[in-house]
Amino acid sequence: MGSSEFYGIATLGYITAMIVYITYLVVKIEGIGKFATSITVLSFVSQTIAFMLRWVEAVQAGSRSLWRPPISDLYESIIFFVWCLILGYLIIEFKYKNRSLGAFVTPIAGLALAFIEMSGMSKSIEPLVPALQSNWLLAHVTMSFVAYSTFALSFATGLMYLIVNTGKKTEPAYIFWTVTLSILVVLLVAMGIDFLSFRVMASSQQEFIKSYLLKASFANPSTGIAVLSWVIAIGFTLIVWNYGYALKKILLSFNLTPGILDEITYKAIAIGFPVFTLGGLIFGAIWADQAWGVYWSWDPKETWTLITWFCYAFYLHARFMRGWRGNKVAIAAVLGFVAVIFTYLGVNLLLSGLHSYGEM
Amino acid sequence: MDNSKASKKTIIDRIWDFFASIKLAAVIFSLIALSSIIGTIIEQGGEAEKNLQVLTKLFGASLAPSIYRISESLGFMDMYHSWWFMFFLVMFTANLVICSIERLPNRLKAVRQPLKPLPLEKFGSYAIKNEIRIKTEPSGLKDSLRNAIKQIGFNAREVSENGTTQFYSQKGAFGRLGVYATHLSIILILLGAVIGVFFGFNGFLNLPEGYTSEVAYSRKGGTAHPLGFSIKCIDFDVEYYKDKDMPKDYKSWLEVIKDGRIVKKQMIEVNSPLRYGGYTFYQSSYGMMPNPQGVFILKAISKSGKEKIVNTGLNGTFTIPGTKIKGEITDFSPALAFRKDGSTFTYNQMMTNPAIKISFTNSGKKLYSGWLLKRYPQTWDLPEGNRVEFIDYWGAQYTGLQVRKDPGVWLVYLGCLIMSAGLYSAFFVSHKKIWVALLPDGKKGSKILIAATVNKNRLSFERNIDKLTSILTKQA
Ligand code: HEM
Repeated sequence: MGSSEFYGIATLGYITAMIVYITYLVVKIEGIGKFATSITVLSFVSQTIAFMLRWVEAVQAGSRSLWRPPISDLYESIIFFVWCLILGYLIIEFKYKNRSLGAFVTPIAGLALAFIEMSGMSKSIEPLVPALQSNWLLAHVTMSFVAYSTFALSFATGLMYLIVNTGKKTEPAYIFWTVTLSILVVLLVAMGIDFLSFRVMASSQQEFIKSYLLKASFANPSTGIAVLSWVIAIGFTLIVWNYGYALKKILLSFNLTPGILDEITYKAIAIGFPVFTLGGLIFGAIWADQAWGVYWSWDPKETWTLITWFCYAFYLHARFMRGWRGNKVAIAAVLGFVAVIFTYLGVNLLLSGLHSYGEM
Repeated sequence: MDNSKASKKTIIDRIWDFFASIKLAAVIFSLIALSSIIGTIIEQGGEAEKNLQVLTKLFGASLAPSIYRISESLGFMDMYHSWWFMFFLVMFTANLVICSIERLPNRLKAVRQPLKPLPLEKFGSYAIKNEIRIKTEPSGLKDSLRNAIKQIGFNAREVSENGTTQFYSQKGAFGRLGVYATHLSIILILLGAVIGVFFGFNGFLNLPEGYTSEVAYSRKGGTAHPLGFSIKCIDFDVEYYKDKDMPKDYKSWLEVIKDGRIVKKQMIEVNSPLRYGGYTFYQSSYGMMPNPQGVFILKAISKSGKEKIVNTGLNGTFTIPGTKIKGEITDFSPALAFRKDGSTFTYNQMMTNPAIKISFTNSGKKLYSGWLLKRYPQTWDLPEGNRVEFIDYWGAQYTGLQVRKDPGVWLVYLGCLIMSAGLYSAFFVSHKKIWVALLPDGKKGSKILIAATVNKNRLSFERNIDKLTSILTKQA
């Protein structure tokens, strides 16, 4: 078996784990929780093997040098992100002896993997152009993704914090989390429907965005289906909004107090922020300086990295501001991760589409 | 807040307070972030047409022109150089400086203050505390207690008074200064960037193989900028991935000449530039000369192993050493490809697959002719066992150099270094304090009181304290 088979097993495993974790959250049967953890651990092992194999395959094919782990292109970096995310999650599950977080973290992994499958991004091992053969770049990409995965964790726990810490339906923080959660679920489902109806796969990201993404639902050529999708999405959001407190009860029954969730959110960001600063900003700037002779050029990717950095600096400072503890800080953590997603995907997909230049 | 005091504040005090507020920082963060978002949607310094097109996509054809006009007059087309973005940066810096000055003295005092022994009655009021009773006299426990404290990593001071001994120690106090180092580093980076903008040079130089230049050309307007020395391109070469036209590496061999002497010689490649006299030369691109008048460099090797280096042009001739076989270069292609029927064509004008056609004769008698490809050594062997290696077509390509001078870059790097250290100590160094008192308990026993505080990562510190306890109880 080669790396792609092991990646395949891991992908399937994580998606299954996601379903089992969510089931566990609802039915709260200990055995199901243990099953979810076992699947996650096995998939993680499988992914680790796949990572090693891909490394070996790249060296054998003569496309990469021995010192170049497979974290170089879009596909490899998203896979690596999932790996870090799951590792971080397993550490938290072990440390806090609480499995309910799994139901919130695994869907993020699921979204990332679904995105890979559908967007038809190249999975083959491509040789690297000279500018990309840099150790600074390697450190930059690796550390950025370690940081992104801690931010993803803080996103999940930040959202959970809002769930357990809000009660009134008219509270802005309550509306915020119900809408965010709904968008997440609706996107996941819509992408699943795209997948089922097109069995795509696009040959490039631009094509994916233009011709497939959400074309089975919101962007359907048939107005009827598009309108229906919006109606269902809005209806779903209203249901989540109306019955959201049920989720609060469930989480509280898992002994998840706002205190613990705030602590995990802060710790994840406190690890992610310095790593992101060093790897994402500083090493990125050094690489650009070495390769192009400019450490900062305000290109959209750099600028969005800076915006993300400001979001998390904002989060950290907000904790010092009087009256800002609690919901507002958690909202900042959730929005920070939205900026991360945009930095990574939005810049490549939307902005470059807008400017019609650049490739992935 | 005392109102009477607030009303007595001078205007300077008010300005100071305004800038010392962390709320202002949050506002500035948001302003910079929001305006930067616009800066990534509108292409900076891009063509007007293109940005108009972008705005049309976003707002529709009817609104786009007026939105464009408004954005342009506000400087959004080149916003990172606009007056208001500069204003944000100045506000940011002022806020950062004043906020830090406001808090630093207190923080410094707190960090410098030596730890004092703790009055016994206060031991119980600490969040991390413990009490152990052991059936040994205090005098017999002192050494092992000292050792145990050392084992968990503290170098404790010791005071004895009225039969009570107290050990106390702190670690990681400097971590509390990390935040200030981080803030200082941001100022350094901004300063370095400003110096770079005002005193730096950003240019390029396309240098053909064998040529020397005393100037580089500015990116803004292309004016010649004297370097104060000359730079020469000795050679340039591209290496490709096997059987692909994707470059794996490209390199230039450069020479720096000052006052007629060669002062530096270096091979540069992407990601590894040459630095001299404050300037940095980066390998950024390459290209073909319009009408190349290059030299073919070949190595002719006879069957018996005799070698000769040949430098010649198109239609030039050479002989294989020790034989009467003569070759003539009759054709050149920068990028040779074969059709299915065996005929040849040139598939691009870059030197992706350089090839020369050579006709061989023996004592005037026509032998054969064929193509030699630089990238494919298997084409170099001749039928009789002789060999002609195609080493280079020299003088046909130019190397594209990015030329930079940035006198502020070291400040930026220093800032980065300080920021890394600052963030490390702000987030990963915890300030730990520990007090351990040893006092008599009953006739032949001792009581050990432990009190400790830590500002972060409490769990691991508590584990440390537990270890201390278990060492002590085991030894007793
Ligand atoms: C307008 C500029 C800024 C101002 C006025 C400001 C002010 C402050 C203040 C007053 C504190 C609290 C210090 C304390 O008493 O513990 C703080 C903490 C901090 N600042 Fe800033 N800051 C600014 C910009 C930044 C930026 C851009 C960063 C990005 C690296 C940053 C990173 C930090 C960090 C990491 C902390 C510590 C937070 C924690 O321990 O959770 N600051 N800042």
